[in-house]
Amino acid sequence: MMLSAAESDALWLSLSVAARSVAFILPFAILVAWLLTRTRFAGRTLFDAFVHLPLVLPPVVVGYLLLVLFGVRGPIGGWLYQNFGIQLAFTSTGAALATAVMSFPLVVRAIRISLENVDRGLEDAARTLGAGPVDRFVSITLPLIAPGILAGAITAFAAGLGEFGAVITFASNIPGETRTLPLALYTALQTPDGDTLAARLAIISLTLGLGGLLIAEFLSRAISRRLGRNLDRRREH
Amino acid sequence: MLRVELRKRRGNFALDVAFSAPTPGITAVFGRSGSGKSTLISLIAGLTTPDSGRVVLGEDVLYDSGRPLSVDARHRRMGVVFQDARLFPHLSVRSNLEYGFRRLAKSVARPVAFDDVVSLLGLAALIIRRTHELSGGERQRVALGRALLAQPRLLLLDEPLASLDLARREEVLPYLEKLRDAFAIPIVYVSHQFDEVLRLATRMVLLDAGRVVADGDIATVSRDPQLRAIVGPDAVGAVVAGLVERIDAAGLAIIRVGDATLSVELDDATVGQRIQIQVLARDVIVATEAPRRLSVRNVVSARVVSIAPDAGRSVLIELDIGRTSTLLARITSRASQELGLAPDQQVWALIKAVSLRGHAFSVPAR
Repeated sequence: MMLSAAESDALWLSLSVAARSVAFILPFAILVAWLLTRTRFAGRTLFDAFVHLPLVLPPVVVGYLLLVLFGVRGPIGGWLYQNFGIQLAFTSTGAALATAVMSFPLVVRAIRISLENVDRGLEDAARTLGAGPVDRFVSITLPLIAPGILAGAITAFAAGLGEFGAVITFASNIPGETRTLPLALYTALQTPDGDTLAARLAIISLTLGLGGLLIAEFLSRAISRRLGRNLDRRREH
Repeated sequence: MLRVELRKRRGNFALDVAFSAPTPGITAVFGRSGSGKSTLISLIAGLTTPDSGRVVLGEDVLYDSGRPLSVDARHRRMGVVFQDARLFPHLSVRSNLEYGFRRLAKSVARPVAFDDVVSLLGLAALIIRRTHELSGGERQRVALGRALLAQPRLLLLDEPLASLDLARREEVLPYLEKLRDAFAIPIVYVSHQFDEVLRLATRMVLLDAGRVVADGDIATVSRDPQLRAIVGPDAVGAVVAGLVERIDAAGLAIIRVGDATLSVELDDATVGQRIQIQVLARDVIVATEAPRRLSVRNVVSARVVSIAPDAGRSVLIELDIGRTSTLLARITSRASQELGLAPDQQVWALIKAVSLRGHAFSVPAR
């Protein structure tokens, strides 16, 4: 199946937006997951709920709130535009930001579960062996939660390929800039005799999703093998 | 010298201990589970913050609530071996061993060399393995090596054998003896198995419900009523120590203990070696006349020190065998009455050589 220029634009844009959204998410998600599992502070429950908001809010609401905050006249967007000339709304970076906000709770959740499963005793052992807090995190905790981070990243990437509501609200539907696969498909459906195009885009999305899931499964098996996940079964007592 | 004085309250459990451990040397902290042993290790290592107290190693104050001062666990240079080994699962055996070593400051002297540790603990064949391929005993050996290579000033061993079955324990114990004898690193050894303490340590601290109830030479603590309560009546026995005087024609080691000699079945004994023996109270027979024509190898002249009521229908008799060496004998109170035993009486203590098998171990000379 040969892709037309518009189709391949939409495909590459989707991949690029999803990948950039994952890059946005990871550092913050690791930090937030760490805060939620390892620290106790006032308002922690409220913070937890806030992090999970995108899961329950209509995506259009998220897109609207982003527009209010990050629009060129918004408090953050205005500051970024005036000081650095960065515009987020109606750009592909904005599409990545909107996608990132939507997938953020999924990633936090995945990382949090693996952080909770890390044996704190290993970190204590590293501490008695002379490792400082950052060293312990990098040399012990991070490798141990790598499967969780990977799982979160893959979920976010896959979900990011299909993000619609928040993207169209915050970044609009600009061909070659923010028209990702689902937006292109939606546009095709709005166009008379766009049925064939819609079907082709749907097939591309399907192939992409299936391929992504297979790669994810392969990667998580490889990383588990490296970490010796069969540890408990094989340890003698 | 390690000097420890620590208080920590956790829920309705309170730890309040003070003791000192000579360096070098191995001090056993003995107590049943729940007596606060692991908490104590965690406090000394600096992994848990005490409510108050002091930890002083040699000249260095590591913790003092009065100042206040607390050196972070990572700067205390105490090698800790935990019950569950805690090897890093994502690293190879070699990387585990090198973890602490690679984090040492440049100025730190490194008397413990990688190759020495590998050969001492028999790790050569394990080095390229991944940690999940190791048996329980191998895991503990790697954990010991990892702690040693961090060039510790003190080793804290928190029941390193408790998660192993009997066969694995026997496999690791010789390595602990080698480690004790090879390096001049002081060791605090926590255990709830008296035979491990007997085999490795010459000093012990007895912990019960968060408090030190006895503390000192193992021979002295072995006769302490508090210890009797913890180990149970069948394991009660005095520990005596002596030097191997000669090996007799039959291969028995003749050991001078107090004014007496004891014949013991002991593998690989050499003359001059210091031997620590636990003589179980139930294995000692008391006679008021010198017995003749008996199979018993050890007939020891003794003086009754005290007669105390013991569990059931028996009494526990303390017997002085000279030069501050003391035995315990448990006999029925009926037998004691019929023999007319009384303090200061001269008697004979009879001990079968075979009953001492497995209860005698070589320890470093003082």
